[in-house]
Amino acid sequence: MSKLHVSTTVNGDTVEYLCDPRETLLDCLRDKLNLTGAKEGCGTGDCGACSVTVDGRLVCSCLMLGVEAEGKQIETVEGIADGDILHPLQKKMIEYAALQCGICTPGVLVAAKSLLEKNPNPTEEETRYWLAGNLCRCTGYDKIIRAVMDTAAEMREAS
Amino acid sequence: MALDDRKSDFTFVGTRPNRPDGLDKVTGRAKFGADISAPGMLHGAILRSPHAHARIVKIDTSKAEAHKDVKAVVTRADFSDKVEFKPGLSGEFWNVLENVMASDKALYDGHAVAAVAATSALAARDALKLIEVEYEVLPHVTDVDKAMAPDAPIIREGAADYSVPEGMHPNVVRYHESGHGDVDAGFAEADLVIEDSFATEATHQGYIEPHACMGSLGSDGKGELWCTTQGHWIAQKTCAALLGIETSQLRVTASEIGGGFGGKTTVFIEPVALALSRKANRPVKIVMSRSEVFRATGPTASASMDIKIGMKKDGTITAAQGIFRLQGGAFPGAPGDMTAMCAFAPYNLTNVRQVGYDVMSNRPKQAAYRAPGAPMGAFAVESVLDELCNQLGLDPVDVRLKNAAHEGTKASYGPTYERIGLVETLEAAKAHPHYSAPLKPGQGRGISCGFWFNHGGETSVSLALSEDGSAQVMVGTPDIGGSRASMALMAAEVLGIPYENIRVTVADTATLGYNDVSHGSRVTYASGLATIKAARHAVEQLCARAAASWGIPADAVKWENGCAVPSGPNAGDFDPRPLADITAHMGATGGPISGHFEATPEGAGVSFGTHIVDAEVDPETGKTSITRYTVIQDAGKAIHPTYVEGQYQGGAAQGIGWALNEEYIYGDDGRLQNSIFLDYRIPVASDLPMIDTVIVEVPNPGHPFGVRGVGETGIVPPLAAIANAVSNAAGVRMKQLPMSPPRILAALKDNG
Repeated sequence: MSKLHVSTTVNGDTVEYLCDPRETLLDCLRDKLNLTGAKEGCGTGDCGACSVTVDGRLVCSCLMLGVEAEGKQIETVEGIADGDILHPLQKKMIEYAALQCGICTPGVLVAAKSLLEKNPNPTEEETRYWLAGNLCRCTGYDKIIRAVMDTAAEMREAS
Repeated sequence: MALDDRKSDFTFVGTRPNRPDGLDKVTGRAKFGADISAPGMLHGAILRSPHAHARIVKIDTSKAEAHKDVKAVVTRADFSDKVEFKPGLSGEFWNVLENVMASDKALYDGHAVAAVAATSALAARDALKLIEVEYEVLPHVTDVDKAMAPDAPIIREGAADYSVPEGMHPNVVRYHESGHGDVDAGFAEADLVIEDSFATEATHQGYIEPHACMGSLGSDGKGELWCTTQGHWIAQKTCAALLGIETSQLRVTASEIGGGFGGKTTVFIEPVALALSRKANRPVKIVMSRSEVFRATGPTASASMDIKIGMKKDGTITAAQGIFRLQGGAFPGAPGDMTAMCAFAPYNLTNVRQVGYDVMSNRPKQAAYRAPGAPMGAFAVESVLDELCNQLGLDPVDVRLKNAAHEGTKASYGPTYERIGLVETLEAAKAHPHYSAPLKPGQGRGISCGFWFNHGGETSVSLALSEDGSAQVMVGTPDIGGSRASMALMAAEVLGIPYENIRVTVADTATLGYNDVSHGSRVTYASGLATIKAARHAVEQLCARAAASWGIPADAVKWENGCAVPSGPNAGDFDPRPLADITAHMGATGGPISGHFEATPEGAGVSFGTHIVDAEVDPETGKTSITRYTVIQDAGKAIHPTYVEGQYQGGAAQGIGWALNEEYIYGDDGRLQNSIFLDYRIPVASDLPMIDTVIVEVPNPGHPFGVRGVGETGIVPPLAAIANAVSNAAGVRMKQLPMSPPRILAALKDNG
């Protein structure tokens, strides 16, 4: 099967790749662009470890084809920090020990950032339901939820 | 709840600094199993049996081999023929080899039968369709009780070891019996005896990172392996045996690991990648799909259990007996012995008897899952205790306190306990506001105790000081939940230099001596002890260098707050020499200063916990919500309390999944019906409440700082505590897990 040429924007950088029409956006990010921050935990859109935003919308990159990224704006975990300055969410995740193994962390960060952009003052219930698509098997979510809500409070104060 | 009177002695231990690998883990920089690639790399894929039990008549790989994108195809013939079949666990390499690649029979749905390496992952997947396998389908069995019945199909003749009594079905492959006293006499003394049967389904560890590796092996017998694993030395040893090469010629590097919980303590795809690489002369990467993880890697065992406990009106247990039948898939290894030994371990019993069976069936080879075997037994035993308390009108915490094991108790499984902290966890439970908080209508409260042995294991650590006064620590236990932070804290405590000045690295198999796996809650205990001793070894040399510079004997110098100082007024009057001052000159004063430790620490220190759970059952739908959860557990000494809390919370969350939702569902055809996360539902954020924790600290005499492992005990009480809460809420005793809505509705209906 011949490959298709895709031109897209990832974390603000213009990128191009050739992909098989069957390859997912996640395959393309990881294998063609070497952006291995997004993880494949399930390949069926159930675990959220591959979360990215496409034109500002939170998606599982394992459920989107690589060819569909043409002309889009993609944001991944690698784009969350501003150079060497960590995003408040990243800082709080470390501070709260909201990760143990860390495999779900990239997806959680992308999803949580997306939540706070839409709702700067989420309740615990809203935070839990927004992150219900991001499986974590280590933490029981307690410290993740606390980290996200504390970040939200801090960002509200700062703004 | 700090019961450790030495707490004030610590400067770094007990603080909560950021983990050293935090930045890598929040920026996507950390390299996990699948995040590797190499020049010339091929992609492997594995063909798996669609049958639960079938004779492999013929495998024709010629079409796959002829395909232009395919560079190698392997079957069982491409692995060592020197690995011997032996009964029970004595031939574990053979069991692993047979599981990695089937020989004469496919033993479960998902069993590997052949593999290919091709130029892309898609090409490899496509090429699997070109391999033709002729199967003769055989009768199968997936249920533990049916697998023990006289007419059950035999999984493999000769797999039973010496422990199995005569006359048992060949699928019963190991047998355990232990206890003390006279249980019949004990039951005769009881005012109430309850006897009941319980069952749990197999659950998967459910780590979010699928197995992944990249192997490279040359015709010279030298190889490199990168893999996500809880223990790269066991991977090295096993792969070498399965491929017929020397252990030391295979260098294994552990990637960052995306969860394991016991499931990554063995190999599955690693020997296959190496065999493909040897044939293709190129590196081969294999990454499992989620469905492969569920179908072909170790879930825990399923269990069928009979419990009988006698109690006096005052709550004294007079006798306890348990029979535990565990199904562990198509190979020996189900931890029936562990279940039996742990089940009554929290209690001081005069009369106790326990029997465990290891039973084979046509399911994937079980793997360890967090305190393997213990949660099922606790579910059955603690359910009967709860029922006894209900019927005798006794407080469940008081009854457990009355019967609790303590220092000097002869454990149900044999030894006499040293200092243990069960009573302290029960007292903390009783005093906790959760225990006395009022319940709403429709809610029930449950409590349970839990026990786990904890483990020491073979351990090597190497520590090297740098000229600038910083230190690097090389450990061999993959960091699965923040252990780099704990190691750095313990090294900082001994060396007296800041936590931030210590870098902890998980070394590969070529750069450090043997290390047992990150399992058995052993990392903070054993690698921690090794780190402390390696640091003390370095300190001895620092003192000797200072002594030499002062012209006094080495034993006249001691180490205090990161400095060498004279040990007393008689030693002389010298200014303290800080670590960095000594290391700055170490090249000219005797050379590099390092410390190391190699041994098998034996004092792991058993661990106990008590959980309190409130559950609400919706009688319309049968859905259970966990409304409040408190974990109380003895940590001995919490090195980094935040990560200790994390272990408690994670264990509880996994227990909630096991109790309420998770199960392996097999069809009549013996195929797994729920092999993706949509159908095998682990708890999500909206399913759970915050999980409160209480860290009890009763120091372990076997560790310099008092540490007991904390990873596993936390999953032992939840099944029982939740079952007790649900049973009390629903007004009907739940005896089978998971307590899914249909099962609860059926129980409510049966109860009228």
